[in-house]
This record gives sequence, C-alpha cells and structure tokens, in this order.
Amino acid sequence: MFKQWDDFNMDGEWTNNIDVRDFIQRNYTPYEGDDSFLADATENTKTLWNQVMEMMQEELNRKIYDVETKVPSTIVSHGPGYLNKEIETIVGFQSDAPLKRNIMPNGGIRTVVNALHSYGYDMDPQTEEIFTKYRKTHNDGVFSAYTSQMRKARKSGIITGLPDAYGRGRIIGDYRRVALYGIDRLIENKMHEKDTMEIKSMTEDVIRLREELSDQMVALNDLKVMAQSYGFDISKPAQNAQEAIQWTYFGYLGAVKEQDGAAMSLGRVSTFLDIYIERDIANGIITEQDAQEFMDHFVMKLRMIRFLRTPSYNELFSGDPTWVTEAIGGMGLDGRTLVTRSSYRILHTLVNLGPAPEPNLTVLWSVHLPENFKMFCSKMSILTSSIQYENDDLMRPYHGDDYGIACCVSAMKIGKQMQFFGARANLAKALLYAINGGRDEKSGDQVTPRFAPITSEYLDFDEVWERFLQIMEWLSEVYVGTLNVIHYMHDKYCYEKLELALHDKDIIRTFATGIAGLSVVVDSLSAIKNAKVKVIRDENGLAKDYEIEGEYVAFGNDDDEVDKMACDITEIFMNNIRKHKTYRNSYPTLSILTITSNVVYGKKTGSTPDGRKAGEPFAPGANPMHGRDTKGAIASLNSVAKLPYKHSEDGISYTFSIIPGALGKNDEERQHNLASLLDGYFDKTGQHLNVNVFKRETLLDAMDHPENYPQLTIRVSGYAVNFIRLTREQQLDVIHRTFHERF
Amino acid sequence: MRGRIHSVESCGTVDGPGIRYVVFTQGCPLRCQYCHNPDTWKMNDGKEIDSNILVKNIIKYKSYMNASGGGVTISGGEPLLQPEFVADILKKCKQHGIHTCIDTSGFINADTVSAVLDYTDMVLLDIKSFNPDVYKKVTNVELEPTLKFAAALEERGITVWIRYVLVPNLTDDLHDITELAKYLSTLSNVGRIDVLPFHKMGEFKWKELGYEYQLSNTNEPSEILVHQVKQIFKKYNWHKIKDIA
Repeated sequence: MFKQWDDFNMDGEWTNNIDVRDFIQRNYTPYEGDDSFLADATENTKTLWNQVMEMMQEELNRKIYDVETKVPSTIVSHGPGYLNKEIETIVGFQSDAPLKRNIMPNGGIRTVVNALHSYGYDMDPQTEEIFTKYRKTHNDGVFSAYTSQMRKARKSGIITGLPDAYGRGRIIGDYRRVALYGIDRLIENKMHEKDTMEIKSMTEDVIRLREELSDQMVALNDLKVMAQSYGFDISKPAQNAQEAIQWTYFGYLGAVKEQDGAAMSLGRVSTFLDIYIERDIANGIITEQDAQEFMDHFVMKLRMIRFLRTPSYNELFSGDPTWVTEAIGGMGLDGRTLVTRSSYRILHTLVNLGPAPEPNLTVLWSVHLPENFKMFCSKMSILTSSIQYENDDLMRPYHGDDYGIACCVSAMKIGKQMQFFGARANLAKALLYAINGGRDEKSGDQVTPRFAPITSEYLDFDEVWERFLQIMEWLSEVYVGTLNVIHYMHDKYCYEKLELALHDKDIIRTFATGIAGLSVVVDSLSAIKNAKVKVIRDENGLAKDYEIEGEYVAFGNDDDEVDKMACDITEIFMNNIRKHKTYRNSYPTLSILTITSNVVYGKKTGSTPDGRKAGEPFAPGANPMHGRDTKGAIASLNSVAKLPYKHSEDGISYTFSIIPGALGKNDEERQHNLASLLDGYFDKTGQHLNVNVFKRETLLDAMDHPENYPQLTIRVSGYAVNFIRLTREQQLDVIHRTFHERF
Repeated sequence: MRGRIHSVESCGTVDGPGIRYVVFTQGCPLRCQYCHNPDTWKMNDGKEIDSNILVKNIIKYKSYMNASGGGVTISGGEPLLQPEFVADILKKCKQHGIHTCIDTSGFINADTVSAVLDYTDMVLLDIKSFNPDVYKKVTNVELEPTLKFAAALEERGITVWIRYVLVPNLTDDLHDITELAKYLSTLSNVGRIDVLPFHKMGEFKWKELGYEYQLSNTNEPSEILVHQVKQIFKKYNWHKIKDIA
C-alpha cells in the first residue's frame, strides 16, 4: 500500500487492480448544497489570466502565436514551458512556450506542410525529407489502399471530414490513473498484461496487441521523463490535491503532445479530484481558496491547448477547437449523485476566468440531480452559454456511471472503451443521387454505379424513397470500407500509445459512423409526399433545382408522421452499416452531429427538394432546419428527442438558442424554466442539448466589434467556440439559425 | 369540437407560471392600439382545428409542465369568444391533470362562459386602464364588463394575475394607475401584478395587414417611469409585484 493513500477507504478492488471507478465510489462525497461556498479568483489567478488574455489577443491578430517547424512532437520532445513560474500552481505546456503549436507529421506530412505554409512558415527541409523519404505516414497509408470508389465518394463530398490526413482523436485516456497509481504501478500492470499474451498461436491479433503493449510501456516511461523535466517524480501516486491535479494534467499533456486528434477529451476528472481536495481541506492543508486556485490554473492550461490545423480543417471545424471535454455530475448506479463540490468548482472557472469554449464543459444531466446543482447549472448557462448537457438517465444503462464524452456527444467508458472516429456521410447528397441516378448534382460525375435517374416532372414519393433506400445501401458499404482503411492505417502509422496505455488491455472499440443533413432529407421527403415538388433540370437532364407547390410540415414541429420519417431513416442507415464487417470487429454506432461542418456540407450540396438552395448550410447536427419550426422551442425539442438513441449510440446533437426574455421575466424564473426545460427534454429521452442564451443583437454587434467581445462564447452542435474566431460565413449561419424569441 | 386558432407556442414562459403550452385562439372584439397580435383579430382568419387533436398535442408536453409547474394557457385573440371550444379543451386538460389558464380582456359576461371557468385554474386578466374613457380609447370597448368579470372571478375564487401595459402618453396617468392599484387591493384573488412596458415588436404586423398603427411615434416607457408605476402597485399590493428583468 502506498502512504499517499492514507485516509482513503482501502476496501475494494481498486487497491489491487487498476480500477479508478471503484476508488471513486468508495471515497467521494456527494454534495447537495448550493454555490455559496465558492471562492473568487485570487490575485495570482487574475495576473496569470490577464497575461493569457493578452497572448490570446495577439494570437488572434497573428492567426497563430508561434509554431515549431523542425522537431516533430513527442511526449518528451519539447519543454518544459512556463507562463509565470513563480505563481502558476499547475504547470506544463505542449511546447517550450505557451500557445506554441507543434507538428505531428505521423498523421500526414502534406497536411503539416500545408498548415505551416498557410501561416507563412516553412517546414525544416530535413524533417520534410524524413517523412517523405524514410518514414511513411498515416495519410500515405490510407491513400495507398483506397479504392477508386472510395476516392470518388470522398471527392464528391458524399463522405466528408474523414480523419485520413489528421489524427482521428476521440480516444480518452484515463488520465486519473497517473495520479492514483503513479507510473511505476501502471507499467507493472502493463507488463503483467503482456505476460498474459504469451500464447502459442501467434495470430495477427496477438502480434499486434503485444507490440501495442510494448509501445504503451515506452509511452508511460516517456511521461515520467516529461514530468521530471518539470521537477516532478510521477513514478509514485500523487500525495495531495495539487499533485493529483498536476499528475492528471501531465497524463493529458502527454497525450496532446503525442497526438493532435480532432477531439482530445479529458474524461471525467472533477469528482475524482474532489476526493483529494476534500482530504486536504479536512486535514487543514489547503483552504477553499487554494482549491479553487488549483482548479482555475488547471482550466487555464486546458484553455491553452493548441494544434496546428490547415485552412480546410478550420473550415470544417471552426474556431480552433480541441474538445477538451470534461463530463461533470451525473448519478451513480447506487443512486447517489456524482455531483461534488468540485463539480461546482470547475463550472465556477467560467466566472473566475470568464466564459470560454474550452474545456468543453459537459453536464451529465439527470432528473435526479440535486435541485441546487440544477439551478446552479442553469444560472451558469444563462450567464455564459458555455455548457452542454447530456442525458445521464439515458446513457447510464448503456455505459454505467464512469463514462466520459469523447468530442461532443459520444459516450464511452473511461479507460475501457475507445472509438474509431468516422466523420459522417452526407445524406442530403445521397437523396440527390437517388434522383439523379448516382450522378453528382454539382460536377455531373457518375459517383455510384450507374442507374436510371428519375425523369418525371413532379417527384413521386414512392419512386424517390425506393431509390434513396438503394443509395443508402451503397453508401454504407463504401463508407464502412473507407473507415476500415483509415483505422487500419491509423493503428499502423499513428498509434495513440500513451492514451491507450491509460486503458485496459481488452477494450470495447466502437465504429463511429455519422450522418449529416437529416432534417434536409426529412423535409425534402415530406415536401415530396405532402406538397408537390417540381424538378428543374439542366440541358444534360441533371436535376438542379426544385419548386415546391403547396405546403408541407417540416421536421421540428412535433408532428409524429414527419418525425417518424427521421427515426426510420436513422434506423435504416444504421442497419445498413451493421451489415458490414468492421475493422477489429468494432461495434458499429452512429452519430447525428455535424459540429460546424454543416456549413461546408451545405456548400458542397446542390439545391434540395425541401426548398433549400444550392450552397446553403444544413441545420447543425440533428437540428430542424432554421425557420421551419413554427410551434416554438419545445415542439422542436420533442421532435429531436424522438430520434432513437439505440440506433445512434454515438450521439444526437441539438443546439438550442434562446433569448433571455423567452425564458421568463426575471432571473429566478429563467433559471427555474431552463432547468425544467432540461428535465422535460431529457425525460422525453433527448440525448444532448447545447444551450445558448443571448440576444441576436449581441452577435450582430460582435461581428462588427469583435474587440469588445474577446470571450463571447457560443455553443454550436456539440462544442463551444469563441464567436469572434468563427469565419464570417459561420457567424452568419449561427445568426440565421432559429432563435426562440417569442414573448 | 372544432374551433379557430391562430397558432400554438410550445415553450411559453411569460403567460402564467412555469413552462406552458400556449394556444392562441382566433378572433378578438377589442382593437387595442398597442396590440402585437393584430393578425388574431378577425374571426374568420387562422385555421380550424379539433379540440381532441389539440389536447392530444398538449399532453405531449406534460414532462415540461410537471418539471416547471407549468400547464396550458389559452390566449388569443380572445379565447372567451369561443367558450364551448375552450371549455372542451380545458376540461380534457384537467382530466389529464394539467394546470389550466386563460388570458383574457374580461370583456364578456361571466355567466355565458361559466362552462370555461369551471375548468380554469387561473386567469391572466388584462386591465388596460382604470379610467373608462382611456379604456375606451385604447380598446374601442367599455371597461365595465371587465370589472364585472373580475368580480365574478373573485366570487369563484379563481386566482388572477393582472397585466397592465404601460404606454407613454396613453396609459401612464399616475392617478388612474393609483386608482387601479387601490381597486386591485380590494380583490382577494389577485396573485400577481405584472407591469408590461409597451414595445413595438408587433408594428410590422399592422403594416402587413394594412392597418394604421397609431403608436409609431410613441417610445417605450423609460425605466424611471416603469419603476414609478411598479412602486404605485407595490404600495397597495406589495406582495404581488414581481420585478421584471
């Protein structure tokens, strides 16, 4: 037993095995009180944050603050780096200086070279030569295996956003293990795991896993070296709250030095850390003010995680997101709430440091959460628009009570589950292919195997539907194949050795597909069925535009018939995916999520039969199309809540914007109504809700005067962004989206 | 039972307590100068709907109502112009345990709508002015029926929330407001008084409908005036005034 574990409840498996959940369950203190205990920012915190704000303003002016051009990033390649060594209580940067971006060419050398170019930098020639001549990358691997069909589907944009030239991300290391067990114990455990793989039949699976376990141990050793450079010995467990936060952060920092995955979530650390904080407070070692300062400094570091991205990537995922997603609260399997004082402390950083998009603070909502906590969340949402909510009552039966959220909406058991991120298929384009015989409506290229286009003047529902079913079948086959190639190559050339070192040996792998444009498809089909849709074709017979005669009911009005179509399409597409063999026998899932890519998908898609014109954005995620939900906010919530989680286990994202006046007449009413709205929506089995509370005028003013809104944060489809960092197009998209403002 | 409605709002938070499903009925006998829903005036506009279908929809929102202490509100237009239709909706809502509310000007004989009131938990009552002349000027109809209606509600013990729209140069006479405040203090069933500052967000509808909007040059009331008026109501009904953020 470690002396660092003094005062902990030592019963249970956690002392013998790596089992953080068991440790939490036996040691945490649920908190049902209010927010009156919270401490303000200390002078040191204010000094540090002002320093950061200045650097971030400079970064905004220059696009990037600083970048490495020669040495590829590894766990031990760079650092140490400090902000203000004298007063920082939590330390560590990805590079040797704050906000400096690293290069990670294992994902793809061209991506890195292009990204550097776009900011006016050149890659060191020798580094470029190494990754061109001597070291193959993930991107090269993928393109050496893609079939012609896959290339066509990718080029036309019917499948987009694929992680074939950048890190796939969406893997959450159990960073808490570093603090609870120390590195030596974790390595010992990995050695033991490798020993269990001394088996006779050396199949490909066994060989691969043995190699992976070896790599994992190397990564753990590297992490120890990295921490040493900051003067910390993390071979043993953390012995106090400050160390627990620091050790946990080191684990995370190692991961973001090694990988620049699209989403690098943190997991579910606040309630774990609370155990250390409460122990120290009880022993008189720290005060509430110290505890809050640690939390503020930790969060400050998480806000400063940076990756080097290409302009085309930024177009898809705008605002420089990193998805440092932290899951907060929720309920335990035994009925106790997992809300602790530190759930409050981490949300309170939104006050002490002001609103911000990162870390991606995600409250796991349950109707059983303590009322005080519900009101606190509601208050913070109204104040900062920086929180997203996910339905713990819906997900707990699937994932237990120690899951985190990868990226925006994907639940996974911490340390026991990973996913093969698969971006998404553009279903609106698929519908157009059904009409055009598989020819792309923009380029005219034959993308699918040739079949007869629809030639009638008015669209017939049955005819369109039947062909749409066939296209979905074709699409799912190409899609699964493409993802199989990508993840085979990612494992081979860009393996996440540290993140997976912080997992069990035997893990669940999900195969996370996704769809975009669901509401466009449903509305189109509703228009074809319930109104008359006339096709306008060009001289080559390609359907280019549509005229609607009469009215139709759109998705988002709580109309059971229309909403059922959305549910059916989701289920049918998911079942198509399920028919195919997936890489490493991963478990297929689906998300209805676009993040900000709804703008790019829209750009690449021609006019659709719902009346949307070519190039116009889709609605984000599972949102109804803006302006078509006419029965108010909750009717629209009800429509989305019907989408079946069992056929979209990777998450169903809904972004909700409301003006303060539409939530009630005074603060108290607004808080109460917002909390009730969340209770109601999740009771209806909605999975995810982004909550924005502000006036349209605020955003318009921020477009014209960004300098006045350095911290204006808005929630967009599963994550938050700093509004002034969005492209102008995306700013306009956000403004045009439905604001629920009736009052 | 069929009736005419203008529209519905599934997320009403300012028409009674909690989150409410609001049905805006079609048709109104008043012609208030500041009306922001003039498109609900004419009896024959809007769309016809069956009360059973409406109730079926309303029930879908029970989880939000239960969580927030909300319910259903029938607003308008003037809901009491279609008493049988509204009574049928409210009766069925009550059968499902839903809190019911109507939003009315009270310009109606209470006896003719007793079937509605039998199933009404709460009334949002607009008293546009306590001065009969001003009332007539604002609404084009008499004040008297509204006061009788208020008395009938008291007799039935139905909770009333009073709403007073404050319009500069029209309903801002402090003497009239004081008289109204005194009168309200004599009623035992007033649960709350809301002072609603005049806004022009409905103006565009008047133009669309080809009506002449007489308040184009009227400004929103100043914060000082709003505060002053609230203080008057508070003086006589201190516990009933909620601050409007």
